[in-house]
Amino acid sequence: MKKKSIGRRILEGNFLYTVIAIVIGFLIGAVFLEIAHISPAVAYGKLASSIFGKPKYWFYTLTYAEPIILTGLSVAFSFRTGIFNIGAEGQYVVGALTATVLGIMLDVPAAIHIPICLLGAAAAGFLWSYIVGLMKVKRGIHEVISFIMFNWLAFYLSNYVVNLKVIHKEGGGEASKDILPSASILFPQSVRTATGCTAFNWGIVLAIGLAILLWVIIERTTLGYRLKAVGFNRSAAKAAGINADRSVLQALGISGAMAGLGGAVQILGMGGRLAQYATQEGFGFEGITVALIGASSPIGCIISGIFYGAMKYGGSKLTMVKAPAEIVDIIMGCVIIVIGISQVFKRLFLGLASKKRAAA
Amino acid sequence: MGSFITNLGLLINATLIATPPLLLAALGSCFSERSGVVNIGIEGMMTIGAFTGAVVGLLSGNGWLAFLCGGLAGAALAVIHAIVCIQFQADQTIAGTAINFLGTGLSVFLAKAMFDNSSDTPPMDPSSKLPKLFEGVFPSGSFGANVLNNYVMAYLVFAVAALCWFVFYRTKFGYHLRACGEHPEACESLGVDVYRVRYVCVILSGFLAGCGGAFVTLATVNQFRPSIIVGQGFIAIAAVIFGKFSPGGAMLACLLFGFCTGIKTLVSQGNVISPNLISMIPYIVTILALLIFVGRANAPAANGRPFTKSH
Repeated sequence: MKKKSIGRRILEGNFLYTVIAIVIGFLIGAVFLEIAHISPAVAYGKLASSIFGKPKYWFYTLTYAEPIILTGLSVAFSFRTGIFNIGAEGQYVVGALTATVLGIMLDVPAAIHIPICLLGAAAAGFLWSYIVGLMKVKRGIHEVISFIMFNWLAFYLSNYVVNLKVIHKEGGGEASKDILPSASILFPQSVRTATGCTAFNWGIVLAIGLAILLWVIIERTTLGYRLKAVGFNRSAAKAAGINADRSVLQALGISGAMAGLGGAVQILGMGGRLAQYATQEGFGFEGITVALIGASSPIGCIISGIFYGAMKYGGSKLTMVKAPAEIVDIIMGCVIIVIGISQVFKRLFLGLASKKRAAA
Repeated sequence: MGSFITNLGLLINATLIATPPLLLAALGSCFSERSGVVNIGIEGMMTIGAFTGAVVGLLSGNGWLAFLCGGLAGAALAVIHAIVCIQFQADQTIAGTAINFLGTGLSVFLAKAMFDNSSDTPPMDPSSKLPKLFEGVFPSGSFGANVLNNYVMAYLVFAVAALCWFVFYRTKFGYHLRACGEHPEACESLGVDVYRVRYVCVILSGFLAGCGGAFVTLATVNQFRPSIIVGQGFIAIAAVIFGKFSPGGAMLACLLFGFCTGIKTLVSQGNVISPNLISMIPYIVTILALLIFVGRANAPAANGRPFTKSH
């Protein structure tokens, strides 16, 4: 009896279907590789060896995962209140921009500098999202349209600031000056040498810590309860005396702060400077995928963020075997679609399981 | 005075180039959204349309055929969106996100596979592009040339918009599609096949978005590049919300965007103000217009809600 209930719990949960989706994603990716006359075995072999081949690749994977865990948390948190934060991209950008400006302009000890940069970035992301929330709550303006507008505003604002004289690096191409060493969140040289990952930094600790914090907020506080109630049924929540507008603003603010921090860890950790954007960076949009694969749970976002980070890091090595890195986008697109229709699989499997039990 | 006329001509010219891709995609979006299916995959459908248009134009040398194929490629991607959203009742926003990944990912992947690992397709001969109206009639650079000697499709899109308006408000199908977006249950009880209506609308939205993408590679420029669409699909969606989900409103919103892009092109030639600040104009104008004039978005009541057939 007990054994059966475990089987049923697996069938009712999300994990099984996520795994099925990933397998199907890779299978469809293989079809496209075949069409392009690239051996899937070679391409996937390279992908796997680029991720698992050496321990230092694991640390690079974690470093790649940092910003998208945070943008994933951002999207996941807003999802819980029933809002789709397609503006994480813009919030990420203003976070990265703020961290860069503070990292270059302030000259204070690291113990003050790093917190100021992080808080500044979080505040910028918070604000960027909160304004959209205000427009929604006060004027009824559809958040998707304002998020899209704010993404582009952030994009051009960032490129404008990067080219300002005080920020732009003389003769340094299309990028800002380097942030001061006191703002860097890189791990000490000894750790980076030991792991073999020169960009390894505290961002991964921050990302995981914040995921746990958000889990606590969502599952263990009245704030989280209110937010979920609004997301589940806004009218019912209102009837129960919850101020829905305030909940939406709180959720959007926190969501924006997470994306802003995603921008900060990328600059203070891996980047060290802010480059002029040619196209949208995409970390915010990748956050949507991370949140979906992670079933909008903060802990799920850690796992899916690391998975996506591995795919991105491994994908960046695919050119060595002449396979386009965009195969990763195709695989991820298929994974999301299958997750999207996983309810169908779930009904099917649960139906089969009940039938089998009825027969037995 | 002369320079004013010239500048006005240039402004109209730039508007006529910037508006068609947005307008075609926005009209597509109207069909999908009004029938009750949220389609944020417009961006991916435009991208695959742009890529297909560029490749077919390059290989066949026939601009119109390439344009049509771009539309069909967008429609093919829309078929996936339709099946997933209508048949399998997946979350429509999630499905749209996936379509965007697939559309852009597939385009660049195929470009690299076909053209020796280059993400850009080779530039095509001007004769392979879409034809222009009154070619050679006006002296180059004159007001007449700027306003009237443009791509035929740049004028035709407004006829397409009028046609969409006609379908929406003057045909039985238009009546059904609007009703499906508001109250599918009532539609079904009156014998309307909600699934069929929504399938047609979603696939049509992909076709129009694909055409919009193809306009970019077959008129605005002459090749596909990964950064060629970025954002235009989302701006088309914004225009639809701005235009209160009607073809006429969407057209005005797209013209506003196109006009702002025109101003941007014109002013950035002066090199006085930072092009990055000028580029913000369309977005700031939209936000202000929304705050001051438009206000509450009245999305179709059943938009985004999966519908289950009762029989």
